[in-house]
Amino acid sequence: MEALTHVNYWAAIALAMIGLYAIIAPSNLVKKLIGLGMFQTAIFLIYITVGKVEGGTAPIIDPAYDVYSNPLPHVLILTAIVVSVSTLAVGLALTVAIKRAYGTVEEDDIDEQDRR
Amino acid sequence: MEPEAQGPSAIDIYVDILLLVLLVAAALVVVTLRNMLAAALVLGIYSLVMAALWVVLDAVDVAFTEAAVGAGVTTVFMLLAIAATGRHEKIAHRRPLPAIAASLAVGGLLIYGTLDLPGFGDPEAPAQQHVAPHYLEHGEAETGVPNIVTAVLASYRGFDTLGEVTVIFTAGMGVLLLLGIARRRREGAGASEGGSEGERDRE
Amino acid sequence: MTDNLVLRVVAKLLIPPILLFALYVQMHGDYGPGGGFQAGVIFGAGLILYGLVFGTHAVRSVAPPRLLAIIASLGMLLYAGVGIASMIAGGSFLEYGALSLDATHGNHVGIIIIEIGVGIAVAAVMTIIFCVLAE
Repeated sequence: MEALTHVNYWAAIALAMIGLYAIIAPSNLVKKLIGLGMFQTAIFLIYITVGKVEGGTAPIIDPAYDVYSNPLPHVLILTAIVVSVSTLAVGLALTVAIKRAYGTVEEDDIDEQDRR
Repeated sequence: MEPEAQGPSAIDIYVDILLLVLLVAAALVVVTLRNMLAAALVLGIYSLVMAALWVVLDAVDVAFTEAAVGAGVTTVFMLLAIAATGRHEKIAHRRPLPAIAASLAVGGLLIYGTLDLPGFGDPEAPAQQHVAPHYLEHGEAETGVPNIVTAVLASYRGFDTLGEVTVIFTAGMGVLLLLGIARRRREGAGASEGGSEGERDRE
Repeated sequence: MTDNLVLRVVAKLLIPPILLFALYVQMHGDYGPGGGFQAGVIFGAGLILYGLVFGTHAVRSVAPPRLLAIIASLGMLLYAGVGIASMIAGGSFLEYGALSLDATHGNHVGIIIIEIGVGIAVAAVMTIIFCVLAE
């Protein structure tokens, strides 16, 4: 079991790196936004993992339990998720505006049009 | 305390690992798919698996939010944006190798950084020592709310939450200004040119 | 999508329970999982489902974005107003304990009111974003 104690962090890092790749490599702007969202959820995973306590339960006080997980990361991530969908919507709105102005959302084509 | 309810359980870790594998697989599928509609739908599945993982990690409030936001609303927004921008991703002419190298390098450094972190679920970890014990012991008596997440969100960190709501409000106004106002202006201009563009957008 | 009979009937059956469930999540957030953020998103999702099946103009006739922007502002004002009210009652900004003679009771009342403010603002913003992106 000793080797398994960091597996959550490693999976979160793997997700973050897949997200990072999706931000750099594709030329499609919507794909980049998907990568950004994936990177965000990876950070959420790190936070919630830090808050987990062995043998604990959800932090809703009940006389039947006396070990609870840390509620603070839950609060931070709860609000972060709703903020992330709002900021994603701003990004999508910008992409739609770019599509209307340039007729494409591929970064290479936009660069080419700008160079002309 | 009965050991079944409180003791460390191996099944939690196995479910945890299973969900993590599913997450990484879904993430890889999303990145490699060229059809953007399919990618958005798989992203919805990714969020739903994430919500299940939050339940395993005791974050029920976060799971609730993730299921409603990630799997529901985000997918709808994605689909709407893809409907407006085109469903097929163009094959990029750039080489993927530098991106893979950069990701692997950053990932390797981060994994090296995790080696000093306390283990999964360690009750002695520094993160569990500071303010959380106060919230858990006195939260219900001080606020009258048994759900400590709500108590911390709305009372102890009320100022922070006011800031978060401001960000959401500003984002909503930003979207309205970016697309709502532009649409009105274009319709005003389109009226003299026959308004064909406005009608096509509405379909 | 508006001519699909199955979708129309199922949506009509589902939307009222979704809106009702959002209100339950809003009010039960003190005792179980839930609260203003979740309730706002679920309420917004109910309106978004209505818009997806019956068309954006249907949502616009129920809740025009101009009106929704005012509603979102009112939600934020309700939140900040509780802060000001607790200052008037003798506490500091957002110190709800001052709202009542009993600090615990004041805290509970303050939490319920600001969660309602959060719920209103989030629901309105989600619906605004849908209406604008769907154009």
